Amino acid sequence: MRTDALFIGIEIDDEAAKDTALAAKLEEVCPVDIYAQAADGTAQIVAVNVDECVLCRLCLDASPDGAVRVLKLYEDGAEL
Amino acid sequence: MRFYEYEAREIVKRAGIPVTDYGFTADAGEAGQIAERIGGSTVIKSQVLTGGRMKAGGVKFADTPGEAEAHAADILKLEINGHAARGVLVDPRAQVKQEYYAGVVWDGTAKKPLILFSDMGGIDIEQVAEEHPDHVGRAHVPTLLPVSDFHAKQAIAGAGVTGRQMQRLIPIVSRLAQLFQTDDMTLAEINPLAELEDGSFVALDAHMEMEKEAEGRQRELLRALGIADDEERDGHEPSTFESAVSAIDAADHRGVIQGKDTGFHGDLGLVIGAGGGSLTLTDAVQSVGGSPANYSEIGGNPSVAKACGLAKAVLQKDGVEKIAVMMSIVSNTRVDIVARGVIKACIELGKDPAETISVFRIPGAWEEEGFKILRRYGVEHFDRSVSMHEAAQRAVDKIQGTTAP
Repeated sequence: MRTDALFIGIEIDDEAAKDTALAAKLEEVCPVDIYAQAADGTAQIVAVNVDECVLCRLCLDASPDGAVRVLKLYEDGAEL
Repeated sequence: MRFYEYEAREIVKRAGIPVTDYGFTADAGEAGQIAERIGGSTVIKSQVLTGGRMKAGGVKFADTPGEAEAHAADILKLEINGHAARGVLVDPRAQVKQEYYAGVVWDGTAKKPLILFSDMGGIDIEQVAEEHPDHVGRAHVPTLLPVSDFHAKQAIAGAGVTGRQMQRLIPIVSRLAQLFQTDDMTLAEINPLAELEDGSFVALDAHMEMEKEAEGRQRELLRALGIADDEERDGHEPSTFESAVSAIDAADHRGVIQGKDTGFHGDLGLVIGAGGGSLTLTDAVQSVGGSPANYSEIGGNPSVAKACGLAKAVLQKDGVEKIAVMMSIVSNTRVDIVARGVIKACIELGKDPAETISVFRIPGAWEEEGFKILRRYGVEHFDRSVSMHEAAQRAVDKIQGTTAP
């Protein structure tokens, strides 16, 4: 799944999003609440918070390589 | 925190400065009784936190208690500059020989209180200082040592007052300087300080403002004045803009924003802040001929939503076509986050950021990332090599059309 705001885009690999442990971890680490764990345990992106991303990389560090991508849309989609 | 005149008089009285035998009431009948107690002619003055009382009919003279009651009834119904009267002050009509001015203000440059004294009271001290500078005496007061009569004497002598008048004035001015310090005032003013026909001196009017942050420490004084712990005291009702900015700030704990537009009528919206930057930048805009639409403060690392909210509130003010986003060098407030916020505000209001943001001058944390965003949207931006004054000049030139867009 991918959600693009004005400045930032967030992409979670569809398979990774089903990982309930990862979903819980993403919700826990993000300081600006971009990730939430849905009732069924899967990861969701909170669209209204995406542009609040502070580029801290905590979500990237908490997930396996390639599971989550943070894109800087103001830099032609450059990956964080 | 600003005080009503009747409260300011009480503060002055508590400091040992002579005042007239005045009375305060919110009841017209009681105003008549106070006038009867005082005896003779009285002055009935509306108690509002705004100027222009005399012009608006908020100050009237009465020769009898009945007349005082009637005037009080009229004044209590009167709204002055949108302010309803808290009550009326009934004051004896003093036989004045000469009016003086005594005030203590904070001198931000010297970082010390400054006593101002003039033998030309009853008019604004600013006007006296401009038209009769030789009639204004000044003396700084130390902040670590106790206030001495010497400082009062220095200020009084500076206005050319000597002899018996000086001797009588010294304790009054000295006590005013002491109360400025002990009561955490930002302004303590007696104007006029009247010399009566019998040679005595009395405070006929007083204006006091207390440092807002000191309210907790001064709770005992405030309670003694009858001011409730939860009473909010502003010199004016918040404007739509001010209320909107306060609501945005209260809704999000991240960072801090403030906005004021009372007294501003310009066309250049200001999103400004950082370590005294707001005051410097407002002055800078005015000094180069610009006309700010507002004052604001943004800092403490606000969220994108908060920066966006402030910029939107500024842009939605009547007559604002462009905003200038400027700060001193920031350490914790991120340049990229503010850049996102102000650009988002433009876009959500259907405006072109490149046209709407006249300049963006915030050097500091994450500036390279911020500048990438600004470049992307074509917003003119500066780093620390451009001073705040130069940035203000550029913003004003753009809004006045004296330079290429």
